Formats: sequence, C-alpha cells, structure tokens
Amino acid sequence: MKYIDEYRDKEIVRLLAEEIKRTVTKPVRLMEVCGGHTMSIQKYGIPYLLPEEVELISGPGCPVCVTSRTYIDRAVAYSRRDDVIITTYGDLIRVPGSSSSLDKEKANGADVRIVYSILDALMVAKKNRRKKIVFLGIGFETTAPISAAGIIKAQMAGLTNFYLYSAHKIMPPAMETLIDEGVKIDGYIGPGHVSTITGKGIYLSIPEKYGLGVVISGFEPVDLMQSILMLVQQIENKEPKVEIEYTRAVKPEGNVKAQEMLDEVFEYRDDWWRGLGILKNSGLKIRDKYAMHDAEVQIPVDVEPLVEPKGCICGDILRGVSKPKDCKLFGTVCTPSDPVGSCMVSNEGSCAAYYLYNR
Amino acid sequence: MCLSIPARIDKINEDTAICTVGATSYQASLELLKDEQVEVGDYVLIHTGFAIQKLDAEEAEASLKTFDEFRTLNKQMDTEEQKTNKRLI
Repeated sequence: MKYIDEYRDKEIVRLLAEEIKRTVTKPVRLMEVCGGHTMSIQKYGIPYLLPEEVELISGPGCPVCVTSRTYIDRAVAYSRRDDVIITTYGDLIRVPGSSSSLDKEKANGADVRIVYSILDALMVAKKNRRKKIVFLGIGFETTAPISAAGIIKAQMAGLTNFYLYSAHKIMPPAMETLIDEGVKIDGYIGPGHVSTITGKGIYLSIPEKYGLGVVISGFEPVDLMQSILMLVQQIENKEPKVEIEYTRAVKPEGNVKAQEMLDEVFEYRDDWWRGLGILKNSGLKIRDKYAMHDAEVQIPVDVEPLVEPKGCICGDILRGVSKPKDCKLFGTVCTPSDPVGSCMVSNEGSCAAYYLYNR
Repeated sequence: MCLSIPARIDKINEDTAICTVGATSYQASLELLKDEQVEVGDYVLIHTGFAIQKLDAEEAEASLKTFDEFRTLNKQMDTEEQKTNKRLI
C-alpha cells in the first residue's frame, strides 16, 4: 500500500466510467471546488471519460486566484521597505499586482524568499533579528492551522520580528454564495485536504438548505471517478447528503487538534473573493491576543490604488459561469510564462490547468 | 495550495518525523497530530512541512477491496453476456 499507485488503476477507472454512464439519466453539472481537483481532472483527462450528460465545472478553490490584487499590492509595498524580508510560498511570487509583482520587486533588489514551510520562515526570523520577517499566509482550512501553529511557535520562541499577513479564507461561504447567486450546480465534489482538517460537518448546510450533495474526494483518478459516481447516484436517487469518498484521509470529525489551533489564533472577518465579492465571515483575521504578529496591525504601508487587468475573466471562471477557453486572452496574451490574471499563474488555477493539459 | 503528499514515516525525533516519498526524504512536524498515535511505518499526509493526517490503512484496504469485488463482478457479467449473447444491464 503506497496510497497512490492503487488509485491510478486504469481498469477500475474504466469500470467506474461505465457505471457512471449506466447510472446517469439526465444532464448534471458538478463543480469541483478545489483547485487541486481541477489540476487532477485535466491532467488525467477525466472529462473525456465521462458521458456527455456529466459536465464538470471548476470552482473558487484556488486561494491565489480568489485573492484580491490589493493583497499583492500591499505585499509589494512591504517588500519595498529596507527593514522587511518577505517569506512566501512559491505560488504567490509571480502573481501580478496593480503595477508590480513580488518577482519584479525581487529583481529590483527586494529581499523576497520562497519557503517550503512557515517553519523555514521562522528560521529566517531567528537568523535576522534586526529585520521584520513578513510571512504571506494564504490558503484555506488546510493551510490556516499551519500558519496558526507558526504564530504560536513565534510567540513561544520570542520571535517578536515575525509577522503574518493573512489572506486565509474558509470554503463554505463561497460554496453557499454560488448557489445563492443562481449558478447552476447539481452537486459538489468536496475539497479533500480542506476536509482532512475540518471533517464533513462544515458542508451539512449544502444538502439541508439547498438540497445538493457533497462528496469529499481524493485526488487520484479512481477517487475522482468514484466521487462522480457517488454524486450521480445521489442525484438519481434524490438523496442529497455529505459523503466521504476519501475515507483513507478524511475522518468525519476532521483533525480536531488543527481546528483548535486555527481557532486559537484566528477569528472570522468579511473578506473579498474574486468573482464573488465580499462574503460575510469568509476570511481569517489574527485575534487581538496575537496582534503583535499581525503584519496589517504592526507594519503600516502606503498601498497603490487598485488596477484590475482589462479583458481578464478570471472572476467568471471562478464562479463556474465561464471556462478558460471562453477568454480572449487565454493562450494568446495570457500564458503561464506571462500571466495576465491569477487563474493562469497558480498551479491550481483553471487557466493554468487547461493551458497545460487541455488546450 | 492544499496539495498534500502521502509519505512513509522512517524515524521520529520528538515532534519531527523523517519521511520518505519515493526516493526523497522530507522532514515533517507532527505538531498537528499530537492527539494521534503515530509510529514508524505509518503513512501521513504532509502539507507545507506539517503532517496533517495519518492515513488509515484499514479504510484504504476496504475501499480497494470494494473495487476488486466490482472488477470480479464485472468480469462475471462480461462472461455471462458473451455466453448468452444478451446484455445484462
């Protein structure tokens, strides 16, 4: 058991495809919320294995894609200060801001360092006590508890020069808003690693309030095909519920320790999502108790006025109403090496996934 | 961003595990699994330097067993269809 190869079995995938075809009787639109799923779906050519009744649409589960340009602009402003070292996951560095990006600032001499983990950022803080270390905390429920653990460690180690700039968000408000806005969705392929932390409880309102099913899925082709089959069965039997396909990694209650850490450090705030606007209690802000590590509170900067790129339809793609190929810029002006919008930059962005695997 | 990889634990030093994925070795903090019993040989999901969940071997085997049964059933049906020259489903 290696937990990977077993779930890439071609014959099982083919059998699941046949079973989906046998089960489905009417057109269904299923949204994969998570950007990691979008990548897997395109990489393994899943849409080509499905009967024509089943359409897959990508959702708002790519953190870099939904984050405001203002966030990047502020990070750029931090990077221009001589007393700041920016530490960040690799995805963010090439995301365009209004007039610059962290990549460009680094080329101009700013100290911007890509780290694999917040633990590496803490090491930078330890070795550079005279500098302010700003860590760009971005991601959903999977990543937020890790940022929380980092802040708690910084506090315990007396690293008063360590600051988190939070763009952390939570998934359920976006999933509810899409249905409220009338986007046609018949079921959700639920995010696997978000659910590893949260468990299934956070999605219960989807079947209860909206009558739609959620199947929490793994990331291998067998997982995705099995989840699609489970959703199609729910729809055909008119029994919407929250089910877990990814049982090897997701417990119904999630990772309680991680949830406690998240709750210890963060509180909810209203937050802006590309394509969806401001969603109530959808973002995570550092609690006052840890304000000494909150970059927004401790390091004031002037941020340039926001300029959105013309012609980019990233917002509509994140809402599931357009596909990358509907965009005039796709593959011409906007490519992974010279991206216009964030959906083309991130490894989990729909545009990047389509550009790589399904042009 | 939520990318996580299954890794096998080779060694545990207090709160840190040394894990392998294929031929690559990773360090992972076990801080988020403090409430779990984690041992050498277990598989965990690693996300940005932290183990976020222990993978459940029983659950994994159970789901794979279901697929095997599915495969066997499908083969039986195929044989029967070929014999009788009639589609069963």
